[in-house]
Amino acid sequence: MNKNLKLFLIYLKIGAFTFGGGFAMIPLIEREIVETNEWMEPEEFRDSLAVCQSVPGAIAVNNAVFIGYRINGVLGAIAAAFGVVIPSFLIIMTIASVFTQIKNIKMIDPIFNGIRAAVVALILTAGLKLFTKGIFNIFIIVLTFIGIAYFELNPIIVIIMSVAFGILKNRKEEQ
Amino acid sequence: MIILDLFLSFFKIGSFSFGGGYCMLPLIQNEIITKNSWITAETFIDIIATSQMTPGPIAVNSATFVGYELAGVLGSAVNTFGVILVPAVIVMILSKYVDKFKNSKILEDIFTGLRPALVGLILASAFSVGKTAIFNIQTLGIALVIFLIINKFKTHPILAIAFSGVLGAVIL
Repeated sequence: MNKNLKLFLIYLKIGAFTFGGGFAMIPLIEREIVETNEWMEPEEFRDSLAVCQSVPGAIAVNNAVFIGYRINGVLGAIAAAFGVVIPSFLIIMTIASVFTQIKNIKMIDPIFNGIRAAVVALILTAGLKLFTKGIFNIFIIVLTFIGIAYFELNPIIVIIMSVAFGILKNRKEEQ
Repeated sequence: MIILDLFLSFFKIGSFSFGGGYCMLPLIQNEIITKNSWITAETFIDIIATSQMTPGPIAVNSATFVGYELAGVLGSAVNTFGVILVPAVIVMILSKYVDKFKNSKILEDIFTGLRPALVGLILASAFSVGKTAIFNIQTLGIALVIFLIINKFKTHPILAIAFSGVLGAVIL
């Protein structure tokens, strides 16, 4: 089978069946890329994850681009990215097209309100899971939180500021 | 022009969406609610819930959803392209330098401040979603119950969301 088509189909499957974010799908991708197709060595695959997690973007899409590019250049990257995005693209578009009608049914308001309350719990849980100790970390966490939640600063500015603080801290420790 | 505005907004979101998932919520919120009032705070939370129940990254899901609401299929396509463009280019460039990248000092420098900042971003997002979603004692109760069951019993998020809908129908 054509490499681009194969990449597209592998990532289509991954895009269609991975719920709960990028990390959940890593074992699935590893099996397809490393074991089934032997396109990459296991170490190489693991190293690629470091890149995918360190740069902006969704991990799933970054991974598709990385692997696709490694295996078949820009065309491979496009084929894999297209595959991984298509399922959620179609599903969300379908939901969006009926969303307004559903929302206008007054009877289901309580269900929506219940779900919205649950979303708070889900986000809070994700935040607390990543919580790290140490004075510097807590300083940055508090600063970021207040900056966005209270002063309504642009998150981009807050991110750049935090990175600058981190660099200052590392330089100071070197001295 | 709405299509161009949408593209630029999601281009910006994509360029700074470090950490994936919930980390990018404040960014998305800033662009599509605070700056442009394209959707309401409630709809934004509904998108987050939908993203939890459907496959795919939250950035792509919200890009598709907002694009469709404002400019139909073309809006969805333009937004999705916008949100993945910068990360894709960066990944392709860096894929050639993986070995250097792995243990680089620059990376360590960036992540010293970025890692805790991402926690702050998520918590700020929980706070802002909470301001909209928790408006009486019942909704506070639902949030607490769900928080408890996902942390204590490791309930799957999809199941937890379904349960919160049932709770809402019963007590709200």
